[in-house]
Amino acid sequence: MTPLAGYLLVAALLFSVGLAGALTRRNAILVLIGIELMLNAANLNLIAFWRYGPHPEALTGMMFAIFSIAVAAAEAAVGLGLVISIHRHAKTTDLDQMNRMKG
Amino acid sequence: MGHGAFSSGLGKGVLPMSLVFYLIAALTVAGGLASMVLKNTVHCALALTVAFAGLALFFLNLDAQFAGFAQILVYIGAVAILVVFAILLTKGSETPKDGVFSRTWLAGLAVAAAVFAVLGWAILHTAPMLPGATPAPAVTVQQIGQALIGRYVLPLEIVAVLLTAALIGAVIVAMHEKEGTK
Amino acid sequence: MIDSLDQIFVLLQHWLVNFLPASWQGAASVLINAAAIVCVFPALFAVAVWLERKGLGRMQNRLGPNRVGPYGLLQPIADGIKSLTKEDIVPLSADAAVHFLAPVLLVVTAFMGFAVLPMGRNMVLVDLDAGLLFYFAMGASTELAVFMAGWSSRNKYSLLGAMRAVAQMISYEVVLLLSSVVVVMMAGSLSLTKIVEAQNHYTWGFPHWYIFTPWGLAGFVMYAIAATAETNRSPFDLPEGESELVAGYHTEYSGFKFALFFLGEYVAMFSISGLGTTLFLGGWSAPFSFLTSVPSWIWFFSKLMLSIFVFIWMRGTLPRLRQDQLMNFAWKFVLPMCLLNLMVAAVWRFMGDGWLRWVVCSAILLLAYAAMGWGEMRRGKIGPRSYRYAE
Repeated sequence: MTPLAGYLLVAALLFSVGLAGALTRRNAILVLIGIELMLNAANLNLIAFWRYGPHPEALTGMMFAIFSIAVAAAEAAVGLGLVISIHRHAKTTDLDQMNRMKG
Repeated sequence: MGHGAFSSGLGKGVLPMSLVFYLIAALTVAGGLASMVLKNTVHCALALTVAFAGLALFFLNLDAQFAGFAQILVYIGAVAILVVFAILLTKGSETPKDGVFSRTWLAGLAVAAAVFAVLGWAILHTAPMLPGATPAPAVTVQQIGQALIGRYVLPLEIVAVLLTAALIGAVIVAMHEKEGTK
Repeated sequence: MIDSLDQIFVLLQHWLVNFLPASWQGAASVLINAAAIVCVFPALFAVAVWLERKGLGRMQNRLGPNRVGPYGLLQPIADGIKSLTKEDIVPLSADAAVHFLAPVLLVVTAFMGFAVLPMGRNMVLVDLDAGLLFYFAMGASTELAVFMAGWSSRNKYSLLGAMRAVAQMISYEVVLLLSSVVVVMMAGSLSLTKIVEAQNHYTWGFPHWYIFTPWGLAGFVMYAIAATAETNRSPFDLPEGESELVAGYHTEYSGFKFALFFLGEYVAMFSISGLGTTLFLGGWSAPFSFLTSVPSWIWFFSKLMLSIFVFIWMRGTLPRLRQDQLMNFAWKFVLPMCLLNLMVAAVWRFMGDGWLRWVVCSAILLLAYAAMGWGEMRRGKIGPRSYRYAE
């Protein structure tokens, strides 16, 4: 197995773990954590492809990963702000109980 | 305190590369799994930081120093702290009585397993075609900086606008709406 | 002779390593360097604690420790033995694993910062190309340790102290980064050895330290404020405000774990002073060109101890801030001034050599500070102190 395949497998596993968590947990914050894990797995893929790709000096994969880290930080801030705001409104972060569109 | 002895010691590999890889992989996946199955939400957040640290080590192992340190700074220093703050502000550290998994957990697990099966099949199927070990690219921070303000200046500006918008948006969303309070 | 005195530790390390077979030398030199750091700074910690207790005593008109050894010099050793032999109490409802991990993580991350600090000519453990980024990454990780300590203790004072500490550290981390960015802009590198080399020139016998430029001075003041807040030192020591929170996030720690927190606080103080020295005060370079023959490490550690003295002096002088004052100070005063400083540094960079840039940059900064002070004065927020009860 080439090193790149190893990294891709780990990234795929991490992505699936994050997906499973995002789909099965009740707590909205943990769903966000799952999404963060999926984003991070994608970053690992980007860096691994940059490292073992034909043109590492072009820095494409690395730049993509750095921008992705920045976007993920913004996503986490807004997502957690939303969770806090929902908790203030509905007094719960349990996603199974947030089943009404009415305020 | 010798000059640069550390980098030369690690560069040639004190340990075989594969062992380091398996150790970091075990750490990362264990952290990720723990963050998704543990009952206590704060424990989940702490396990998440283990996964983040493992990923940063992966980046360092892949010679992406800048990305690795940025990962630690942003994820462990900021996102993990944000998560624990949110957990404490929403009283999320108390374990709910009716289980931590949602009613449709079986379907979710099946979907995730299917995704992993497809991804794994695709990777293993194309593994022989993937490029083998290549010499480590020598990338300096200066090159990254030049690229950021040269070829990637437009994405950089967009990210700057996005981060500003996210900052203002998060503050407005999480702010108290009641009248009379600041 | 002078050169070998300057390089004495480097030569000593080479001599030690040469006893080993060639394949072990790389790893062995790293181990020796790390061991040196792990020995030197706790020793310095003992000295600093003694200095602090004596110095504070002087400022408060009392004697300070004077029972153990001459002038109380052996007091740190007695304290160490005491904390080692004390019972280690873990609250019944505490989260034992996290409670145990928190002090360990704190000390480890505090020590990691020293890896990239150049403590003398050729005396750096790892000369990373992104050294400054590594330092800040490690500094950011200490916040998590503080949170773990406060949350795992299951005590309202611990939790409140931890939340205060984390909020404060996150806010001032932004300031710390932004005030350091000007140095990176000027030196054109994130590597701390290159930053020191860029300051190691002399004109008419005076060094080119960054503190002797308008943007450098403004940046250094911001950095000093942020560093004080980041290490939870007075006047920013709300997380441990004993009048409201007992001892903050380490209320429920005793014995050796408490000693670890104490050590972590001082080590963080040393490392942040070392970084400030490296960024603004020329690191290991001598203050005058005729003093360059004095070994470089003496200069680094003298500047370090001078910063520690300023920390102690501030603790003896300034009263503690309130939480809202602390946050307003960070986001409404220090942060805008840091952003302004970035612009001034850019102006400085593009005006080229000459006296004009000194005038323009100093004028911008002075005007901004004067306008800020005048505006606050007019709004009646800052003025002569008025006493309500103690007249």
